[in-house]
Amino acid sequence: MKATSLYHKPLAVTLEEHPYIEDFLSSFGLEIQPTTTSLEEYLDTLDPDLLEDLGISSEQLRKSLDDFLAGMLALQSPLDKVESLTIIGGRDKTGRPEHIELTLRPGEVVCIVGPTGSGKSRLLADIEWVAQGDTPTGRKILINDQVPDSKWRFSTEHKLVAQLSQNMNFVMDLSAEEFIRMHAESRLVTNPEEKIAQILEQANELAGERFSPNTPVTSLSGGQSRALMIADMAILSKSPIALIDEIENAGIDRKKALDLLVKEEKIILMATHDPILALMGDRRLVIRNGGIDKIIESSPAERKNLIALEELDNKLLALRNRIRGGETLENI
Amino acid sequence: MRFLTISGPPSSGKTSVILRVIEALQLREKKIGVIKFDCLLTDDDKRYAEKGVLVQKGLSGALCPDHYFVSNIESCVTWGHENGCEYLISESAGLCNRCSPHINEITAVCVIDNLSGINTPRKIGPMLKSADIVVITKGDIVSQAEREVFASRVKQVNPGAIIMHVNGITGQGAFELTSLFEEASDIETLKGKTLRFSMPSALCSYCLGETRIGEEHQTGNIRKMDI
Repeated sequence: MKATSLYHKPLAVTLEEHPYIEDFLSSFGLEIQPTTTSLEEYLDTLDPDLLEDLGISSEQLRKSLDDFLAGMLALQSPLDKVESLTIIGGRDKTGRPEHIELTLRPGEVVCIVGPTGSGKSRLLADIEWVAQGDTPTGRKILINDQVPDSKWRFSTEHKLVAQLSQNMNFVMDLSAEEFIRMHAESRLVTNPEEKIAQILEQANELAGERFSPNTPVTSLSGGQSRALMIADMAILSKSPIALIDEIENAGIDRKKALDLLVKEEKIILMATHDPILALMGDRRLVIRNGGIDKIIESSPAERKNLIALEELDNKLLALRNRIRGGETLENI
Repeated sequence: MRFLTISGPPSSGKTSVILRVIEALQLREKKIGVIKFDCLLTDDDKRYAEKGVLVQKGLSGALCPDHYFVSNIESCVTWGHENGCEYLISESAGLCNRCSPHINEITAVCVIDNLSGINTPRKIGPMLKSADIVVITKGDIVSQAEREVFASRVKQVNPGAIIMHVNGITGQGAFELTSLFEEASDIETLKGKTLRFSMPSALCSYCLGETRIGEEHQTGNIRKMDI
């Protein structure tokens, strides 16, 4: 969609309504003032020599601005609702067919289990790529029972899948609050301050140890980083599907973390070997030799064992806290 | 022959990404050629040769690397075509951020990494801003949110490009990138083609080997800072 009318209003109005235009131009090294001239006139009067020094031609700048505005408008339009995700089986590494058709709905948690190198990541990648028999596994992915539009593959505004990888390192030199603000701005959320406060509050609830909004992201502990990223994913990300590559045990309340994502009506796929997380899932896909070998539904007996496992886990957590507090463990 | 220009800042992961793409293309039994451009030294040609692809190496030495590129690329394309390559990939580093090897009507790829800093996309010129496909690497080292923030910075300076995340070590995303390569421009020669953007120019006394500092030694195309 070309936002033609926007090129002819006075800049004072256009920049007020679309403040990101100023940021766009500044990323090319250009300045713009809220005057009575129009964006069209502004672009017409740019000095070609200046543009050459900045490394862009007038045509390229106009095309980029058109594309940029189209993307910004798309970001503000509502996302197509995902009611279901269907995985239609392909074949494993030896060519054996999977014979599986599995449909997932928002709020469901599916765990993916299997040894390292068995093909867990390939399954997650097939979903992210919305495979149509064109990946090595030959799997097909349907959204709302239909072959989805290929826009899902490349859209940065409407990503189908948000991925939470095991690695939670940060390299940016920003505080937790600045970092979340920058992320919120890039997603063009309507009430950023409220969302930032919510994310920081949730992250603190998930993390074992509290952190302040001014903490540099690079000094967060492993657990705090994971908590921040899960809260960020739940509250900021519009992607209807969350792919999680193991939530590590240390320093985070995993049950609360999962509940938070489920509450946001996401379809959750989680690669894990953690017995507690695996039993929290509605079912488990067992991956062997590149293929989905079987599907295990969590049974009532397993659910009962989950309670016992959680008690065991809480006991360990209490011991961990005693160690942290400088106590001895002679009596446990 | 499908021909692509791949460029990107030094150490952004161009060679690793290309190696992973080569593996994916070889699974499809394609004949591939690579032209590696560098300045002083490179052993990457050996890494390509080990994969069983045809390689040409070009070292620009004392010349401007991108001027060297543009004066040689036509014969490289002819070489690739004559040797029956189905895919030809040129790899060159953008060393001054104002250079760009991208050619009109030829699929242009820029490789940039998540660790290079949040302001880097703004600092890179036509090499990034006029690319058709932007590949972002080293995503496994940072969090999802940081990947998204970085990608949005790239999107801001090149909103029309397809942005892809590829891991040059594990190959994650390489398969998907390769399917885009299958739609790359199909050509036999570069005759009559033009660069997407002019190369930085100079031609002053220092271009001709002058080493002495001082007003009296400066002739030709000189520009002064406003101090």
